[in-house]
Amino acid sequence: MPRSALTGSRIRDRRIAAGLRQADLARAAGISASYLNLIEHNRRRIGGKLVADLARALGCEVSQLTEGAEAMLLAALREAAEAAGATGAAAETDRAEEFAGRFPGWAALLAERHARVEALSAEVAALSDRLAHDPHLSATLHELLTAVTAIRSASSILSGTEDLDPAWTARFLGIVAVEGERLARGAEALARSLGEGAGGGALAATPQEEVEAFLAARGWHMPALEAPDADASTVEALVGGSGIASAAGRGLAREALLTYLADARRLPLAAFAAAAELPPGELSERFGAPLDAVLRRLATLPGREVGLVVADAAGALVFRRPLPGFPLPRHGAACPLWPLFAALSRPALPVGAVVEMPGPAPRRVRAEAIAMPLGPPSFSGEPVFRATMLLTPAPGAASARPVGPTCRICPREPCRARREPSILGPAGR
Amino acid sequence: MDRRVLLIEDEPSIIEAIRFILTRGGWSVQTHSDGVSAVARVREARPRVLILDVMLPGRSGFDILDELRADPETASLPVLMLTARGQAADRERAERAGVSQFMSKPFSNAEVLAAVNALAGAA
Repeated sequence: MPRSALTGSRIRDRRIAAGLRQADLARAAGISASYLNLIEHNRRRIGGKLVADLARALGCEVSQLTEGAEAMLLAALREAAEAAGATGAAAETDRAEEFAGRFPGWAALLAERHARVEALSAEVAALSDRLAHDPHLSATLHELLTAVTAIRSASSILSGTEDLDPAWTARFLGIVAVEGERLARGAEALARSLGEGAGGGALAATPQEEVEAFLAARGWHMPALEAPDADASTVEALVGGSGIASAAGRGLAREALLTYLADARRLPLAAFAAAAELPPGELSERFGAPLDAVLRRLATLPGREVGLVVADAAGALVFRRPLPGFPLPRHGAACPLWPLFAALSRPALPVGAVVEMPGPAPRRVRAEAIAMPLGPPSFSGEPVFRATMLLTPAPGAASARPVGPTCRICPREPCRARREPSILGPAGR
Repeated sequence: MDRRVLLIEDEPSIIEAIRFILTRGGWSVQTHSDGVSAVARVREARPRVLILDVMLPGRSGFDILDELRADPETASLPVLMLTARGQAADRERAERAGVSQFMSKPFSNAEVLAAVNALAGAA
């Protein structure tokens, strides 16, 4: 890493903390006090032996003067500049170090504001997606509006009808009471739902989300199922202790863990982890396991930054392990350009591509997918296919196919696969 | 003038309130709560105005309206559609199906009575 201008500020801070004068430190490092003054004010870049001498004189490691927070700050500034570039503003990215060195407070503020904008954009996209597609929220709103309408009508009759007889009065008072209760329950459910949404990340509104939250909290790796004697009773114990509230969620968790158990038996942890850097096709051949099992298993190894998506033949995402930089829609359909869906049109054939999500800092990801029939082969009945896609970061890929998360929050234009307008406007606007 | 309204709605409180308002307004109100048999009920009742909820058990109000508009007997029946989903997409869907008037919950008693009177007058 080039020696940053910010290194000077750090040298100055440490010198003052150590109670040294500039002249003292300059002498110890074999330089003039005036040169040290320039260094400390980030007007001279230093490196090599000189930074090592200063570190020794200050009693610290070289890395403490040159790495860490400043690298993060510079990365954040460059990211902010790239994002601004998409809107037509042109920041002097080649002078980011000088800017951070001369105006560290402003630089930190800019980086923090950029991070805040990014976080809020993600929250807006998630909430928009939820408001548009979340069936639970939609049902809750329906309940609320129906209760409000009934109360409004009944109270209007009660207050506006002079000759209302006692029987009708009792009936409409009953309606107000019953619908008032319903309104209170609905409002509570809505507040709970939106409160979860505002927190971001830890939402578990549907049974599928409950299962995903359960697995995510354990790093998607279940040591109990890796044990040689693990069996269905192990799965039951895990489901029982999962804390998943709904019966449907526990059922889905059972199904996911039984699949995990079957994959773990076919692809034992130690041997598979040792070979995990091989291409999935080779792993499939070496271990004699179907390719979809290999992709799933790669997503259960500890400490790997991968994502996994499973879709049924209707395109619904039935399992989501997210990968940072590759948003997976919580509700509604995903981008039809994902290799996951190409795999569904070519059952049993591997489909792979490096894809790129839009955004201020577009991320390239290798996506490898295959669609396989559910259950054992059978001559009777139509097969039911399910597609599995493994997502692996591919930052060094030379080229990538543009894809999106889901149309509603995707800015790419034009797009031949678009099915609804985006709330974000075209990329680059 | 024929003053019969058929209300297809499954919420008992809403049924009670609308029935009261329209009855006081000089209308004879019949009710029905099931989506699947709704079209048959309309053909049997032959009302002057139909009030149709969107979310019904068994079948959506949109589907029911599609079928009514496809039948020459009910193609021009005035239909007031009620929904708790006031989204633009729902309104467009109702208009495509040939709704006469679309009303989002929460509506007021006066609005419902005025709409029914207007639809009957225009029919």
